Amino acid sequence: MQPILTQLKVLDVVAFGPVSREKHFFAVRLTHPGWNEWHPGQFVMLRPESFGLELPWGRPFCICHMTARHLVCFIKTAGTGTERMAALRAGDKVMAWGPLGNYFAVEPNTPTLILAAGMGIAPFVGYVNRHPQPWNLAMLFGHRDPLDCYPVDSINEHIPVDSLREHEPGELDNLIYTVQEKIRDCAEQKGLVLACGPLPFLRVVRNFAITLKARAQISLENRMACGIGACLGCVCRTTSAWPVPSAREMPVQVCTNGPVFWADQVEI
Amino acid sequence: MNLQVVLKGQTCDLTLKNPVIAASGTFGSGLEFRPFGDLSKLGGICVKGLSLQPRAGNPSPRIVETACGMLNAIGLQNDGVESFLKNKLPRLPWRETAIIANLYATSAEEFGQLAARLADEPGIAALEVNVSCPNVKAGGAQFGADPAMCAAVTGAVRKNAPRKHIMVKLSPNVTDIALMARSAEAAGADSISCINTLLGMAVDAASRRPMLANVVGGLSGPAIKPVALRCVWQVARAVGIPVVGLGGIVTPVDIVEFLLAGAAAIQVGTANFMRPDASFALVRDLPWVLADHGVQTPAELTGALVLD
Repeated sequence: MQPILTQLKVLDVVAFGPVSREKHFFAVRLTHPGWNEWHPGQFVMLRPESFGLELPWGRPFCICHMTARHLVCFIKTAGTGTERMAALRAGDKVMAWGPLGNYFAVEPNTPTLILAAGMGIAPFVGYVNRHPQPWNLAMLFGHRDPLDCYPVDSINEHIPVDSLREHEPGELDNLIYTVQEKIRDCAEQKGLVLACGPLPFLRVVRNFAITLKARAQISLENRMACGIGACLGCVCRTTSAWPVPSAREMPVQVCTNGPVFWADQVEI
Repeated sequence: MNLQVVLKGQTCDLTLKNPVIAASGTFGSGLEFRPFGDLSKLGGICVKGLSLQPRAGNPSPRIVETACGMLNAIGLQNDGVESFLKNKLPRLPWRETAIIANLYATSAEEFGQLAARLADEPGIAALEVNVSCPNVKAGGAQFGADPAMCAAVTGAVRKNAPRKHIMVKLSPNVTDIALMARSAEAAGADSISCINTLLGMAVDAASRRPMLANVVGGLSGPAIKPVALRCVWQVARAVGIPVVGLGGIVTPVDIVEFLLAGAAAIQVGTANFMRPDASFALVRDLPWVLADHGVQTPAELTGALVLD
């Protein structure tokens, strides 16, 4: 569907894990934006009224989940904008435009490996909830902060989650090794890999997927001013595998050509 | 209420159904904003800067938010003028609203070639000459900073597009913007738009790196409104051709302020990012605000600044 602009109200803000001054994980529940369709992997631009003139941009957030009554975004404080979002209270007004961008492939009968790291867990809450055959899904979740900082329970309701905490020296190597082995298994089963997380993590996934010849989609994030393809601020570079010949090895907008890309089609 | 404005040029007039134009670089080709409003309701659309050949633009990061504004160093990424004419223009409501082609080139000759290519395009109502983009290392900045170069570029476009309205978009990054405006006017410009972005920079203290890959970029948004108003006022006093004001316009009252300072029409830029219906909402709300200020037409406010 075409994106629409609506003014939403905050229903509540729920903190996840310990709340500290430096870092704060939370879910914002908003009134329903009136979209009749959306797909996991898509995102929404949110701009609370409290941004005023000081913070001109909305902020892009993946759509964590939607029910018949509300929209949920899962957020970690990372700067002034997200700090102001953490301070939202029930009834506060938020402009929202969405649903934006493309989305993760759903292949019900294909064994699908979900690789999430940190905040990259967010789109998979909706994904596992809406997948018609969740028994074909397997998930590995790498994280630095305690598990209760993340909406793991909402995923565990549908599929088991293997989680690996990257906390002590050596644990990162273990995570990378595990990612490699899981991608190898997935490739042997002619499965599908879906990944979301920080850029270094996506680079690891992309490299293994290409080397091991696994079909893989990665979800990118970037600074965005508009979210609708106009500002050209969020571009990434395509490879020679990009489907449109004239746009090969050229910059394309993450917001409208992505955020989900086939791993071999973009450079990261 | 009649919102129509006529930008009376030296060679060609440009008639706008209202004074609200979407600013180049903030509104894509226009098509990106169709879900959020009726493009044909706008006074005009300045499309993203066009060059003769496709341009890949600058490396990322290209944009950063700053207090009450943003910096951009996109580097004029675009698919080239031919692609625009073939793939975008036919889908724009050019019969109903003024489509203004923003031109980017690295030499006066190239500006002339671009103008020649667009001179007979019925879908293009006017050419906006970007003599001021500060983002590209070669080209842009020099033209707008030097009266002779500014005149040379304006003249090249004028000569090659004799039947189009020529709007010259000036940079604020100069010692005397009125001087540049006069040189553009003398070279045949039909109107002046000002201001383009202010050259700026942002630094990430934690990583000790610049926030933009290009290090410097163009500042836009409400932060630059006072500078823009000052420039519009100085330019409007210096030239006889109409001035189109832009820089930080968010509300209908901002429009009134620019008209008072001397603008005949305005452009909306960064506000399109604050909410994608910003330009449409300004068109919708402008009549009420003009009525509040006791006028029937935008022209009544143009240059009506009261000086004691």
